[in-house]
Amino acid sequence: MDEISIRHRQGHFGIEVSFPLDLRWTVLFGPSGSGKSSILRVLAGLTHPDHGRVVMEGQTLLDTERNIFVPPGRRHIGFVTQQPALFPHLSVHENVAFGIRHLRRDERARRVGEMLHLFGAEHLEQRKPRGLSGGERQRVALARTLAPAPRLLLLDEPLAALDDAAAHDILSRLRTLDVRVLYVSHDLAEIWKSPASVVLLRGGRVTQTGPLQQVLADSRNRLLQQLGH
Amino acid sequence: MDTQALWLTFRLAATTTLVLLALGVPVAYWIAFTRSRLRPLAEAVTTLPILLPPTVLGFYLLVILGTRTAFGRIAAHWLGHPLAFSFSGLVVGSVIYSFPFAVQPLVAGFHSIDPALIEQARLLGAGKFRTLLEILLPLSARSLVAAAVLCFTHTVGEFGVVLTIGGDIPGRTRTLSIAIYDQVQDFTYRQATRTSLLLLGISLAALVLLYARGKPGESAHG
Repeated sequence: MDEISIRHRQGHFGIEVSFPLDLRWTVLFGPSGSGKSSILRVLAGLTHPDHGRVVMEGQTLLDTERNIFVPPGRRHIGFVTQQPALFPHLSVHENVAFGIRHLRRDERARRVGEMLHLFGAEHLEQRKPRGLSGGERQRVALARTLAPAPRLLLLDEPLAALDDAAAHDILSRLRTLDVRVLYVSHDLAEIWKSPASVVLLRGGRVTQTGPLQQVLADSRNRLLQQLGH
Repeated sequence: MDTQALWLTFRLAATTTLVLLALGVPVAYWIAFTRSRLRPLAEAVTTLPILLPPTVLGFYLLVILGTRTAFGRIAAHWLGHPLAFSFSGLVVGSVIYSFPFAVQPLVAGFHSIDPALIEQARLLGAGKFRTLLEILLPLSARSLVAAAVLCFTHTVGEFGVVLTIGGDIPGRTRTLSIAIYDQVQDFTYRQATRTSLLLLGISLAALVLLYARGKPGESAHG
């Protein structure tokens, strides 16, 4: 079974988690400060812990004791947050093509077109990010992240700033993809309809894992408490 | 007007600016993004020429560039003449003297870039060099222009360092500011006024160019 294992200590905050990636979608769920976003950043290689070890699918991505650190660009992991972070001086086409420079020019153009079509953004190809709406920027950000075909897609509340219709449309397009997703969201209704594993977190530790419906049924009251309802 | 000094000054300013941009970009990148404990020391060393009296800097350089030091002897052997009292020596001195004017706007420019953009570039497989070339430099183009303009004008106006390292050799080390000094010494005030007006015009035009590129309320260094 594919598994992610993270041991990470930065100052006083520590994370020690291990959870399977048995379904295509895994949702990290927990209160603020439980370590959800930190887990994604550590996995992506954007945070350097003082001490730590990250193993994904048997591959060591980080081991501070053995001085191993696989740089973010070689992990084949995509990361999209609430902030699209499009390169403002590049067109939409150039943004999406940024991570697939190794492809031949015609292959690159085809892949860019394919990705933009997937997110309904092909008409934006020659535009600059400045003139795009929030939803359009997020579609382009997803297309850019998925263009190099990552083995894992990390999503840290990417739809939180969008209206319901845009969020629903983007989510339904994401569900059609054959890529594993590790998703941080406060809104379980977003992913309720699709099969997903849930990892419940508290204080940098896993408190429960399992299929969404089962975890929710088992710990409904605790979940509501965690979310402050 | 001392056209020989005018031409030499522009040649010195242009060469110094090019060298400073080539050296300043990697140094500014390192200062802006390093987590090394040596960063404060590096920042202090690169800022030092602003605070140091030009004659002190010039004196140290004169000693270092002279044939009494190993560096001076190697440079003299390589160039075929001593660095002191030569155009190459003036370039070395000017580069060190104007170094803060290249590094500081660039560091400010790099710091103003959203870190999320740099993270995305890294996630998409760009190494440090590609990120610098394709993301950081285009997004800090204004800072690059500011650095170039400041380096050029600062070199055009320098006096103490140039005089100490290069002396006053017509056609080789006499720049416009030294020509003004000579004209004042010779009581040829009319010539001194014309040359001074030229330097004043160059400096004013450069600053107008610098501030015209910024939007109202923005600093030219940002």
